[in-house]
Amino acid sequence: MTPLTPERIEERLRERFPGVEFRRPDGAAVRDHTLVLPASRLVEVCTFLRDDPELGFAMLSWISGVDWLPREPRFEVVYGLLSLARRARLTLKVQLPGENPRVPTVTGVWPTADWLERETWDFYGIEFTGHPNLVRILLPDGWVGWPLRKDSPLGYEEVAFTHNTPDRVKPSPGLKKLGPKKVRTRAQ
Amino acid sequence: MRSETLTINMGPQHPATHGVLRVALELDGETIVRAQPIVGYLHTGMEKQAEYKTYTQSIPQTDRMDYLAPMSNNLAFCLAVERLLDIQPPPRALHARVLLTELTRLASHLVWLGTHAMDIGAMSMFFYTFREREQILAMYDQVCGARMTATYFRVGGLAMDLPADFLERVTKFLDTMPGHFAQYEKLLTGNAIWVARTRGVALLSREDAIALGVTGPALRGSGVDWDLRRDLPYGGYDQYQFDVPLGVHGDAFDRYLVRLEEMRQAVRICRQAIEKLRAIGPGDYRLRDYKYVLPPKELVKTSMEALIHHFKIVAHGFFPPAGEVYQGIEAPKGELGFYFVSDGTPKPWRMKVRSPSFTNLQALDTMVRGRLIADVIATIGTLDIVLGEVDR
Amino acid sequence: MNDRRDPAADDPLRILGPAPPAPRTEEEGLREELERGLLFTRADSLIGWAVNQSRANSIWPLGFGLACCAIEMMSTLGPGFDLSRMGAEVMRPSPRQADLMIVAGRVSLKMAPVLRQLYDQMPDPKWVIAMGACASCGGIFNNYAILQGVDKIVPVDVYVPGCPPRPESLIYGIIKLQEKILATGVELGPLVKPRRKKGAA
Repeated sequence: MTPLTPERIEERLRERFPGVEFRRPDGAAVRDHTLVLPASRLVEVCTFLRDDPELGFAMLSWISGVDWLPREPRFEVVYGLLSLARRARLTLKVQLPGENPRVPTVTGVWPTADWLERETWDFYGIEFTGHPNLVRILLPDGWVGWPLRKDSPLGYEEVAFTHNTPDRVKPSPGLKKLGPKKVRTRAQ
Repeated sequence: MRSETLTINMGPQHPATHGVLRVALELDGETIVRAQPIVGYLHTGMEKQAEYKTYTQSIPQTDRMDYLAPMSNNLAFCLAVERLLDIQPPPRALHARVLLTELTRLASHLVWLGTHAMDIGAMSMFFYTFREREQILAMYDQVCGARMTATYFRVGGLAMDLPADFLERVTKFLDTMPGHFAQYEKLLTGNAIWVARTRGVALLSREDAIALGVTGPALRGSGVDWDLRRDLPYGGYDQYQFDVPLGVHGDAFDRYLVRLEEMRQAVRICRQAIEKLRAIGPGDYRLRDYKYVLPPKELVKTSMEALIHHFKIVAHGFFPPAGEVYQGIEAPKGELGFYFVSDGTPKPWRMKVRSPSFTNLQALDTMVRGRLIADVIATIGTLDIVLGEVDR
Repeated sequence: MNDRRDPAADDPLRILGPAPPAPRTEEEGLREELERGLLFTRADSLIGWAVNQSRANSIWPLGFGLACCAIEMMSTLGPGFDLSRMGAEVMRPSPRQADLMIVAGRVSLKMAPVLRQLYDQMPDPKWVIAMGACASCGGIFNNYAILQGVDKIVPVDVYVPGCPPRPESLIYGIIKLQEKILATGVELGPLVKPRRKKGAA
């Protein structure tokens, strides 16, 4: 089988979805074949990519969210697809606004997206409409906030050293320091 | 007569869940109606923390993800960053990495075999496999100083050169392995109890496996012929000859045979790597591109430019081009991948880890419906999950 | 030195709820200690010595491996560095039958209430070893998800540093714990009348 080139994938997509705008993302070093598409057409495109016999992207490898805080559109959801039959990878990107980011779920296309989308919801607060069970998965259930957003803090706790705890309780000078107690064990 | 289902909790602290996994089992009598894994008890915030550290400073974190196969995680990280920077390590580093990654695969499968068999009841397997694993850990210790969390690979090569007698030591170890494999087979493969506990248990069909995104030996046990080392080669694996074992039925027994054969193939790849390393002889263990990789210490002490490069890379970090990259490797558990988004600064804008155990664990529900509770233990064992990787 | 400083750090323990009220008088404090089963006499009786010996030399750990340190704990139990030489013959899966909790691995905030519940389920006398850097102080992970040291929620007797500590380090930690046990006083129960010392509470 001839290897599946990125040009061929784009050709097939453009001929099947003539009204949809597919563009390459900007960036000097985008090392994989990546296409940005509108969120409203995502499910149809994914269904086509999975079912088309020439392309056959049967497996969804990963979903990631990205937060580009000062820039609008603020969020991106990136889907990594894998075609076992044609030995090819494809990356799809959807760009979402900062207010109320929502994108339709692809669990109908690839059931593996269940937990992957839950993880993105957990980290970023991006809502996947139509998801069967969109609850927190990695963080504790009552957690408030979306930790991987750029405006969430790292949660770094200051480590107590002698130079930043001037009013610590020092041991009193008369305190007797204990050495190790000599015990006789059976091994001896 | 109306009957209800009983929901019990296989809690986060359990001797056989391989870490802090919680499974909520809905039972009808003793048959499982639904098994829902609840994860997150080991969530470490590695992806957030990676945004605050330079690329090299995040390599120790990767050891703690799949802590049974630490050098494998290092390899995935370094390959992804090298692809972003568009650099290649020198041949000696390339083959040394393959050698150590295959030893890691061997170590990971040994732990899997020991703990899986111990959970099912064959307790002596634990002691046999950990005896072999101690030798591999001693080799890790010799090469990088740490038994388990190695952090040995760097972007552009290795952190330090291989010790002088390392190849002989590995050769001696590899010569003993076929005898040990025969011992494991003798204990388990023909054993009626083992076959009864694993034949027909944890069935996963081809279509389900691909739809659920399962990768690694679990996918190959179901008959899907996919191995990233052969199909989308990376890191020098296209120069090696090895076979990819396939299962037929998709049950726990087939996965056991697949992993056992993978161990044998790992020994084969290690032998080829040793030959290649001997043929190359002593050489560079890190790329001599000082914009991204630390210069060798002798140069740092004699040349001013090398000193400045060293200072810049250690104090500030190297500056990759702005862009993104995804690199997946065939880790012992499945496809481990790193997705980096770089904004041109020394710290990544986003690091996403595609974790095989996280995706494979979703298949637990499908594999265990309609079976008994004891099969849940066998299923968790045969999926070979590591909670550090699931939760990151 | 490359960490971005984080001004709005949240208190990580907020999900555990408010702390219990501190004891007001000295008597209340002593009573609280008594109820927790802490000891207050020297081991100067034969019974005390015998009890300490048996507690130290047959200490049963609870199988509480969380992360990478758990694998080194398994190696310590394995054939190379046998932990049953020290008396830790069986790893009890149930907290009700264990007396040593080796916290091996990083404790996330989701796991912290579970850990506290397990500690409370263990019967007295019980000891805790914080194995590894993450259990002692948070380790290499100083962020929103990890409890910075398990001594924030349970009292720790021995800290074993390392990432992960070698099996020899863990064995040394257990030997230190045995020394500690042998040096502690024994609380004599209701069947044995405690000798009243002059001026004691």
